[in-house]
Amino acid sequence: MALTSLRLALGIAAVVLGGPALAEDLPVIKVEMRDGVIIPDVIEVPANTRFKLEITNTGKSPVEFESTELKREKALAAGATSAIVFRTIDPGRYDVFDDFHPEAKATLVAK
Amino acid sequence: MIGAFVIAFREVIEAGLIIGIVLAATRGIAGRGRWIGLGILGGLAGAALIALFAEKISDAFEGTGQDILNAAVLIVAVLMLIWHNTWMSKHGRELASELRAAGDRVRTGQSTAAALALVVGAAILREGAELVLFLYGLVASGTSGLDIQLGALAGVGVGAALSGVSYFGLAAIPTRYVFSVTSALIIFLAAGLASQAAQFLANAGVVTVLDRPLWNTASVLREDSLAGRVLHALVGYTDRPSVLQGVVYLGTILIMIALMQWSSGGKPRQVRTA
Repeated sequence: MALTSLRLALGIAAVVLGGPALAEDLPVIKVEMRDGVIIPDVIEVPANTRFKLEITNTGKSPVEFESTELKREKALAAGATSAIVFRTIDPGRYDVFDDFHPEAKATLVAK
Repeated sequence: MIGAFVIAFREVIEAGLIIGIVLAATRGIAGRGRWIGLGILGGLAGAALIALFAEKISDAFEGTGQDILNAAVLIVAVLMLIWHNTWMSKHGRELASELRAAGDRVRTGQSTAAALALVVGAAILREGAELVLFLYGLVASGTSGLDIQLGALAGVGVGAALSGVSYFGLAAIPTRYVFSVTSALIIFLAAGLASQAAQFLANAGVVTVLDRPLWNTASVLREDSLAGRVLHALVGYTDRPSVLQGVVYLGTILIMIALMQWSSGGKPRQVRTA
C-alpha cells in the first residue's frame, strides 16, 4: 500500500515537473538464464553510468543471478523477469554466477 | 543431491546462527519460546509473501524496491538489537541472579523477547524468500528427482541444527557470564547488519557517498566460502567493504556501547548475595 502510494506520488511529481520518468532513459541490458546457462556468457555493460540489467529466467528451475564483487543478487522463479539497476561500475571484468546452479558462470564486462 | 543440499544449507546459515544467539540471549525470560516461535512463523510467512510478489517488489522505486526493502528490514533488526542490549545492560544483572535463584523462569523481559522475536522474523524474512523460491521451484518444476528434494530438505535441517549447536554452545556458558557474552555477540551482529543495510542503500542509490572499497580480502577469505558466510552472519564479514560500510559498522558499535554504558550507569549497582 505504502509502496503504491509512494510510486503514485513519484509519478505525479514527475508529471508536474515535466521531467521524463527516470527508468525510461536508462540503457537496458538483457540477460537470459536457463537451467544452469547464462546467456550471453560475456555481458557487456557501460561503465560509470546508470544502467538496468534485465534478467529473464526462461528455464524450468529457479535461478539466482549473483555477483559477489558487485554485491548484487537476484533470485528469479521459473518464467520470471526482473531487473537490477546499477549506479556506476568501474571499468573492468566481474564474475557473475547462478547461485542455484553453481556450474553456470558468466563475465560482466564494463567499458 | 549434494548441490541442492549445499544451496539450501547456505541460505539457512545466517538465520540459523541469529536464532541460536537470540535464544541464548533470552534465556530465562518467561514465554520467550512463544515469542521466538512467533518470530519464526512471521518470518516464514513474510518470506513466502516476498517470494510471491518478488517481481512487484523489485519494480518498486524505479527498480530498487528489493534493495530498499532489504535495508528497511535490516534497520528494524538493528534497532531491536540496540534496544535489547540497552535494556539488558540495565536488567541483565537482575535477570542472571533471578535465573540462578529461581531456576528457569523469570517474569521480566517480555518487551525484549518481543524485540528479539522481530529480529528473528527479519532474519528469516530476508534470507527465506530466496530459499522459498528455490524449494518451491524444485517441487513445482517437476523435473527434479526425489534425491534433490531430499538434499534440499536435509540442507534446511542441518541449518536448523546449526541453530541448535550455537544455542547449546552459548547455553553451556555459566549463568553469570552468559548475558555478557550474548551482549557482545549482539553488538557485532548489529554492526554487521547495519553495514549490510548501508550497502543496500548504496545499491539503491539512496546513499552515494563513501562508496570506495576499504579493503579487498577476497584472496584471503572469500565471503561466499563456508567460513566466510559464518563470519558474515556473526560479525558482518565482507571481503570488499566500502568506506561507508566501515563507518556504519564502527558507528553502530560505538552507539551501542555508549547506550549500554548510559543505561547501566543510570541506576546504582545492586550487589546481591544470592
